[in-house]
Amino acid sequence: MQNDNYSKIIQVSDLITHYGSKKILNGVSLDVNKGEIMVIMGGSGSGKSTLLRYMLGLNKPTSGSIKLLGEDITKMSSNQLYQMKKQIGVSFQGGALFGSMSVSENIQLPLSEHANLDVNTMRIMSQMKLEVVNMAGFEDLMPSQLSGGMIKRAALARAIILDPKLLFFDEPSAGLDPVVSAELDELILNLRDAMGMSIVVVTHELESAFKIADRITILDRGEILMCGTVDEVKNSDNHRVYNLLHRQPRRDMVDVDEYLQRLTGKNLDLVSEKSNIVNHKKY
Amino acid sequence: MKLQIEKLGKLAIGVVEEVGYGFMLLIESVYWLTLGWLNKQAVGLNLIFTQSVQIGVMAAPIVIVLCFSVGMMLAIQGLETLKPYGAQAQVVNGIAVSVTREFAALITGIIVAGRSGSAIAARIGTMVESQEIDALRVIGINPVRYLAAPALLAMLLAMPVLTIFGDLMGLLGGAVYTSFELGMSIDIYMSRSFDVITTFDLMQGVLKSIIFAILIVIVSVLNGFQVKGGAEGIGLATTRSVVMSISLIVIADMIFTFFLTRI
Repeated sequence: MQNDNYSKIIQVSDLITHYGSKKILNGVSLDVNKGEIMVIMGGSGSGKSTLLRYMLGLNKPTSGSIKLLGEDITKMSSNQLYQMKKQIGVSFQGGALFGSMSVSENIQLPLSEHANLDVNTMRIMSQMKLEVVNMAGFEDLMPSQLSGGMIKRAALARAIILDPKLLFFDEPSAGLDPVVSAELDELILNLRDAMGMSIVVVTHELESAFKIADRITILDRGEILMCGTVDEVKNSDNHRVYNLLHRQPRRDMVDVDEYLQRLTGKNLDLVSEKSNIVNHKKY
Repeated sequence: MKLQIEKLGKLAIGVVEEVGYGFMLLIESVYWLTLGWLNKQAVGLNLIFTQSVQIGVMAAPIVIVLCFSVGMMLAIQGLETLKPYGAQAQVVNGIAVSVTREFAALITGIIVAGRSGSAIAARIGTMVESQEIDALRVIGINPVRYLAAPALLAMLLAMPVLTIFGDLMGLLGGAVYTSFELGMSIDIYMSRSFDVITTFDLMQGVLKSIIFAILIVIVSVLNGFQVKGGAEGIGLATTRSVVMSISLIVIADMIFTFFLTRI
């Protein structure tokens, strides 16, 4: 079903998404090449986690298209989407390991879902992936018995068990100490080099981003601020990029009208409200 | 006033939405149970077994104890009220009919809603909060197929069996007390009960237990999937699912009893 004639592993174009009536992503376009490590950066509330959710097909966008491996996931039937899931791996921020299963069972779950293999083969395969993430010997532990770094590595092992072409990694360094975080960065680079995966990493850790990225996309308030190589981002003269890189607090000009609008509520008519106040005073 | 009407309107929309969502969950679960294998996405047998053990086998001891107590309580009340008429021996009929038609199914439903329904809601709620549901979806596993469908089938298997167990225990409870009070031997009591009970009486209880099973699963799954706001949200959803299931069980019981007594 998959065609391999795509040049870009991910092609997001004009993606617009809403949360309720609030617009979250405003016309985001983004390409990721084969074998590339793309880091998506941005402050809290910039929409980077939202973008990730849409690229994973977890939500349906208002408009725009998202092509993974050459095929538009916004127009896929659930069955096509099911087939697509075999080719992508995801490691979530908190690991999202299933609490009721051991590490080994967690890693084997995608295998038992998508591949018709016997128990021993699946066990050996999960063992191999645990070796890749340096977690051999921990297969029988439950997720609650693992440390933060181990959870992330186990989640990574689960994400790569089917040897996906595309790997998504949400906040690999969040909540980890610098050494463990550096080890994970190393692991991500190794995965790309050894298995030729294309990897999308969502993070707000500058150091980690500069170390692993081929290209960096910076999101700000639902729009793409810039997209370029590490050097291009470092040398950018855009003040928002500068603020992000140099940990400067935002000092944007306040739009007076907008500010008043926010204070009074968007559906409130100031004039009629005033007359109400006058009326109340009469009684 | 305008605000009140607006609130009422929002509440009404919320209720309609939730009922619709519940029906959708039920239809989707039935779809996965019956036709899922066509797409090579059958509901895992191991999941159904695990759930059956958790819902059915582990609830059995408490169902036994409570139904026994209810049978005994009915005997105490029955003997007390029938005493002035000298018709104590008739207590057997009363207990036999009320336990099989009503109490066994109702008590089982309430216990299962309290222990298994809340467990389902809390488990799914925790999974929502820790992104495990998202993880299932990106692996390609439909959460309804993985979590709701096995629970539904397990519940549909467990509830009638537990109810029949409850029937027996209720009768036994009545028999034990009556044998003390009236000196009627337990086997005579039981054989008289079995003479009185018709298949229709038993079927009423079993039918109700099937309806309760569906209500408990759908309400708990629905509340679990809708969890928002961390640990507090999970607690709220669990409480809400228990209160909702028990209320719906009692109301459904009343409606069914109304219609079934008119057949």
